[in-house]
Amino acid sequence: MSLTDLTLQELSTKLAAREVSAVEATRACLDRIRAVDGQVHAFLRVDEQGALAAAAASDSRRGAGGALSQLEGVPLALKDNLLTEGLETTCASRILGGFIPPYDATVVRLLKDAGAVLLGKTNQDEFAMGSSNETSAFGPCHNPYALDRAPGGSSGGSAAAVAAREAFGALGTDTGGSIRQPAALCNVVGLKPTYGRVSRFGVIAFASSLDQVGPLGRTVADVAALLQFIARHDAQDATSVPATVPDYSAELEAGVAGMRLGLPREYFAGGMDPEVEQAVRDAARAYEQMGATLVEVSLPHTRYALAAYYLIAPAEASSNLARYDGVRYGLRAKGVRGLEELYSRTREEGFGPEVKRRIMLGTYALSAGYYDAYYLKAQKVRTLIRRDFEQALAGVDALLTPTSPVPAFRLGEKVDDPLAMYLMDVFTLPCNLAGLPGLSLPGGFTRAGLPVGLQLLGRPFDEARLLRVARAFEREHPFHARAPQL
Amino acid sequence: MPIEDFQPVIGLEVHAQLLTGSKLFCSCATTFGAPPNHHVCPVCLGMPGVLPVLNARVVEFAVRTGLALRCEVRRTSVWARKNYFYPDMPKGYQITQYDQPICEHGVLTIDTPGGERDVRIRRIHMEEDAGKSVHDAHAGASLVDLNRAGVPLLEIVSEPDIRSSEEAAEYLKALRDVVVYLGVNDGNLEEGSFRCDANVSVMPRGSATLGTRVELKNLNSFRFVRLAIDYEIARQVEVLESGGKVQQETRLWDAQRSETRAMRGKEEAHDYRYFPEPDLPPLHLEDALLDRVATSLPELPRPRFRRFVSQYGLPEDTAHVLTGERALADYFEAVALHVKDPKRLANWLQGELLRLLKEENALLSALRFTPAQLGELLGMVEAGTLSASAAKDVFAEMFRTGRAPRDVVAEKGLAQESDVGAVEAVVDQVLAACPKEVAQYQAGKKQVLGFLVGQVMRAMKGKGNPALVNQVLKSRLGE
Repeated sequence: MSLTDLTLQELSTKLAAREVSAVEATRACLDRIRAVDGQVHAFLRVDEQGALAAAAASDSRRGAGGALSQLEGVPLALKDNLLTEGLETTCASRILGGFIPPYDATVVRLLKDAGAVLLGKTNQDEFAMGSSNETSAFGPCHNPYALDRAPGGSSGGSAAAVAAREAFGALGTDTGGSIRQPAALCNVVGLKPTYGRVSRFGVIAFASSLDQVGPLGRTVADVAALLQFIARHDAQDATSVPATVPDYSAELEAGVAGMRLGLPREYFAGGMDPEVEQAVRDAARAYEQMGATLVEVSLPHTRYALAAYYLIAPAEASSNLARYDGVRYGLRAKGVRGLEELYSRTREEGFGPEVKRRIMLGTYALSAGYYDAYYLKAQKVRTLIRRDFEQALAGVDALLTPTSPVPAFRLGEKVDDPLAMYLMDVFTLPCNLAGLPGLSLPGGFTRAGLPVGLQLLGRPFDEARLLRVARAFEREHPFHARAPQL
Repeated sequence: MPIEDFQPVIGLEVHAQLLTGSKLFCSCATTFGAPPNHHVCPVCLGMPGVLPVLNARVVEFAVRTGLALRCEVRRTSVWARKNYFYPDMPKGYQITQYDQPICEHGVLTIDTPGGERDVRIRRIHMEEDAGKSVHDAHAGASLVDLNRAGVPLLEIVSEPDIRSSEEAAEYLKALRDVVVYLGVNDGNLEEGSFRCDANVSVMPRGSATLGTRVELKNLNSFRFVRLAIDYEIARQVEVLESGGKVQQETRLWDAQRSETRAMRGKEEAHDYRYFPEPDLPPLHLEDALLDRVATSLPELPRPRFRRFVSQYGLPEDTAHVLTGERALADYFEAVALHVKDPKRLANWLQGELLRLLKEENALLSALRFTPAQLGELLGMVEAGTLSASAAKDVFAEMFRTGRAPRDVVAEKGLAQESDVGAVEAVVDQVLAACPKEVAQYQAGKKQVLGFLVGQVMRAMKGKGNPALVNQVLKSRLGE
């Protein structure tokens, strides 16, 4: 067994026992990246020097008895929409090519303060817009379990890096499923925290009212450990909530006996791959055997969620992406005459087709005369969806659903069909509209060997319970241990 | 129809830069005059990933202004994004307030030839300022300075209740007095920290249908406000009279040519695509904040003016001058506690004090002497122990050195003899020494009195109280 096969928790224990040094762990990751990332392309940028320097610093802290935390010396990967001071951050877009941030995102600073080693920036869909990683301006990432297939998106690189044993954990962002869907397709655990639980400061905005940073790891415990360090109120983010942060690992092993798990009727209404549906039903039965009660619940407005999401998210994006104008940073088109041309040529050259599509969608949805019919109505639907969840979750501890309607699909298969691609988020995006926490965990494999993800949705700020429910399944069904053949 | 048959209808939009130390959504300084792009940070540069954090002081200033203008203050107001591209607007949108502004439905009272009139305030909202584009400093390129980007503004919008350019200027002056009194704005039109746009339309008198309105910009003095509005009224009337239609457009006042010219027309009108700012939760105001601001509100210029007239018996123009500036009014009242005659004080402040301040280019806040000392000086004049002209010299000395008036008077020997017995003794001596002049006086040659006064003053080395000397002489001469 190689060093990189250890889970984050196992590595942390070995680092603490001085059986392994941070430099050794970091070199192991860098070697693994060198060996497999040519095929996977999970990383857009590997910061070898920075990582080794951070690892050496970590080892000397530990040598002096000053280990900072459980993450001390643990090599991690960061999605490329998280700002890293002094390290190029592009959001997988040409328009930010060469952009060196002058500051760290709050989550990046928290990880640095915890002593973690940051390996580099992972691939993603451009501006986090996509469900396959194929909209990346720098080439797609490949699913480590089937290299001709998509890892999911938008945090495909983070999920693939963790699955391919290139990093011990990663951070991603989730606007409509961008952590959970790739986690499901890559057989890892991914958590989207409650909106406001983790700071968005320094996170390149896609849709401000939906974006949330979250951890990806190989096990539930690894994800709990990462969440522990990024769940924090941040005065620099007015939407950050000053709720107390529980010990996310304390009740991981407490089991689900006596719990009530809801199965939303609307999520099993057809359109799902039969093998995915089977995996979710098997999981439900497994929970029952562990002492949980299954309850059928209804989320009646689910069928409007996709439409509402694809008005609200692009509307906010059309405004958030206005700052990329070629005036202050990033790409500036060459040889332009006049201001209009500076704007149009820079944005024409800098943005990919999916980003342009969403900017146009959003601009339209906010236009005079259409605002009420589209944006405002979508916000009303959003309120109804939130109410659905409130009612459903009042009677159960968590909801169990599939994460993605299908397992990993072939690269290129859906890229020319935006609507088919948008349907990949149909089970994940209602949770973003409602601001709730959601988690995806490995739920088995199809006959073709493709991972299937289970999704758990919970009440606001109830991440600890989701982790506990997830861990109960993982303990009985350790699908996560099956590594990809690379 | 002659121009008199048209009724101008005017509404004003004022942008007042708030006197906070830091910007609306970051901690950068708001100081004017720093080198370009000096007071900037990732937030006000609109870097990727940044988020706005509201400056609580701005909210307080907005509430203060709203209460002073008798507005309804919303307990929950909402931030909005106004989307448009401009190089000096770093995010591609301005954070402002739209359909739920912090204050609405206020009133500002102004003076008109027909007496006082109320102009309704439609709304007051908070927003961030843009930076500055410099177009002529560099050949072939425009330069952008973002020092001002993110500086907090209040936009104060009147209803179209204003009927002439004079009323517009009165409204602006009254509004400026209020915001300056409140300490929220410096009232500087020339530097652009108090900016005004005017919406102007005309309609036939008696008509109930408003004409098409034109927005006037670049009105950076009270004079330009009057000139531009008058020009625009005449222009619109001419357009209508020649059978044309007024275009809804934005026009710029050109001070060089004294005319307005079209800036952008309706066909180019922006769709700002307003929507609620997702990075800022709705702003909820606590009762405690409203109470605190309400109780700390200073007396406003207009009520204070009325009180100065009634309480101190000052003429209206004097009261206007004194209440025109809060610091001067405060100073007047501080000294008034120490004097018997507030009118004398008012004249003294208007004359001597303002003159010296102007001559020395000094500030009221930097005076070297205390209000009590000025009160003491005026008390000597009231008691007759110091002549008015000597008092001016003493005052000039106090102004320069800050020395106590009694020390200056003693050192320069300026005290006046106002003891009746002492004056009578000298008068008796002088009359005894001048029998010829006494006889002439009593024979009817009254002008001899001047000579006798001179003799008395000489004997008293100039320190006799002139009024007292006159009075004693006359009574001794039998009048």
